[in-house]
Amino acid sequence: MHFELTKEQQMIKEMVRDFAEKEIAPYASKWDEEAIFPIETFKKMGELGLFGIPFPEQYGGSGGDTISYAIAVEEIGRACGGTGLSYAAAVSLGASPIYYFGTEEQKEKWLVPMAKGETFGSFGLTEPNAGSDAGGTQTRAFLDGDEYVINGEKCWITNAGYARQVIVTAVTGKDERGKNIISAFIVPTDAPGFTINCHYDKMGVRASNTCELILQDVRVPKENILGDPKKGFKQFLYTLDGGRISIAALAVGIAQAAFEKAIQYAKERKQFGQPIAKFQAIQFKLADMAMQLELARNMVYKAAWLKDQGKPFTKEAAYAKLFASETGFHICNQAIQIHGGYGYMKEYGVERHLRDMKLMEIGEGTSEIQRLVIARQLGC
Amino acid sequence: MNIFVLMKRTFDTEEKIVIQNGKVSEEGAEFIINPYDEYAIEEAIQVRDQHGGEVTVVTIGNEDAEKELRTALAMGADKAVLINIEDDVENRDQYTTAKVLAEYLKDKEADLILAGNVAIDGGSGQVGPRVAELLGIPYVTTITKLEIDGTNVKAVRDVEGDEEVIETSLPLLVTAQQGLNEPRYPSLPGIMKAKKKPLEELELDDLDLEEDDVEAKTKTIEIFLPPKKEAGKILQGDIADQVKELVSLLHTEAKVI
Repeated sequence: MHFELTKEQQMIKEMVRDFAEKEIAPYASKWDEEAIFPIETFKKMGELGLFGIPFPEQYGGSGGDTISYAIAVEEIGRACGGTGLSYAAAVSLGASPIYYFGTEEQKEKWLVPMAKGETFGSFGLTEPNAGSDAGGTQTRAFLDGDEYVINGEKCWITNAGYARQVIVTAVTGKDERGKNIISAFIVPTDAPGFTINCHYDKMGVRASNTCELILQDVRVPKENILGDPKKGFKQFLYTLDGGRISIAALAVGIAQAAFEKAIQYAKERKQFGQPIAKFQAIQFKLADMAMQLELARNMVYKAAWLKDQGKPFTKEAAYAKLFASETGFHICNQAIQIHGGYGYMKEYGVERHLRDMKLMEIGEGTSEIQRLVIARQLGC
Repeated sequence: MNIFVLMKRTFDTEEKIVIQNGKVSEEGAEFIINPYDEYAIEEAIQVRDQHGGEVTVVTIGNEDAEKELRTALAMGADKAVLINIEDDVENRDQYTTAKVLAEYLKDKEADLILAGNVAIDGGSGQVGPRVAELLGIPYVTTITKLEIDGTNVKAVRDVEGDEEVIETSLPLLVTAQQGLNEPRYPSLPGIMKAKKKPLEELELDDLDLEEDDVEAKTKTIEIFLPPKKEAGKILQGDIADQVKELVSLLHTEAKVI
């Protein structure tokens, strides 16, 4: 057992950090303030191959591993939480399901351009009445000749306003126990009857694009069904397991940014004749923050490593996501506290981290759902 | 075109320098490609893409330098060479480095050799010119522009903010100044491909050199940090008195005149 990144992983970390510091961080507050989706920056990230990290070369990727991908998410998130979220969602939710479950034709058609960063893809699971209870999906699909006809509504779908296609989950029938059978469909965003509205005014991750989807008699060819028609539910659970690693990595990145600002400020800010970092009250905060960050990052790496080894990682991904987001929220809160009144001012750029971080406790499974996932893995 | 880049692995620009037992401590420090060498690598890749040929990046260091060499390969260099003299040569200076590099390069028929204008750690700026001297080829330092037409070369030098245009011919050694180009980020496919590109490791023996041949010509007497910057002093009173006081302070306190 060893805890060192490989040379490639180190190089990826340096490259992404370098890129994020020059091309993302200087604009992060503007993108947050004005809710700008930085499409030009995403194009540059695409050219560098960032959207293809965990996919093999034959599908337009760069054949990296999940750890490298988590490192990239952390570094982008350190510069801008919203950009990090859109990046993580594009790879983990937009592209990965097609890589996991798609046919060769589907991969060729939809995955390759996403891995190359030429197109965006989204994942439409959440509905106004089906959040944590994803089994309660109300969107319906039925077969009509050679086409599926889909009707329903989805909400809070990341990147859909820029997506070429959305993977939409819909109920296609009932099993022998009377439970909904859920299937997943690849739906092109230009399909007639498919409306995408992106008018949410979010608390944080404001550089990220978030939309509502309305599907009215949207017809897709039969071959657009993704994976096993009867296992849509299992498939998105697996997809979310992977997505959780990236949300955890994003939480670490956001917390890292908040921590760095806090420690720098604590060393510069003088009260009672000395830098506040000389006071134990502040030192203890910083010590806790540094420790929590390190532990969260280690958990992210472990979950990613398990996934790369082809071992079960459901529980560890939930640990990572839950721990990184909850301690991350605490870290961002303490970072503001250390800044005092200045921290409450937008100008200092610390409050943004807390607003961005809040989503980490909600998106891709709330903290409560993470605890449920863990408890089930424990056999409860 | 046969292109070589001389690269050095240096401290990250943001590292704090710590001195321990009379030496700069490398413990826990982050390392990078010397920023001026990055311009040299970028220029080498651009020249190759325009004129064809091959880019070989050469460094002297230990196995830790492999990461920086792989980064250069990830940017687009074709081959890398690590000359490891760690165990063979105890006292090293610019002479050592230049001698080893020149010995390596002498039978390589290099058309163009690029280096950084200066390394941000030692800061001597000597290695490039010394290598050119040893190889008996012309060199142009601190260039901000390079144009190659056949074997004719036009280079623009940065001379303390002014520009000097120099015409010369290949084979040639140039050292890169900021402004020469904008170094690219190594792309993800580049990083993954770099793993498979050739990286040759050489030792002093492989170059038919003995330790005595490359022994340092200089001796480091002492290494110390610059004194901590004190708050400035504002003199008061008549101008004439102030001047008097200033001169006396420069004599007695600062001891610079």
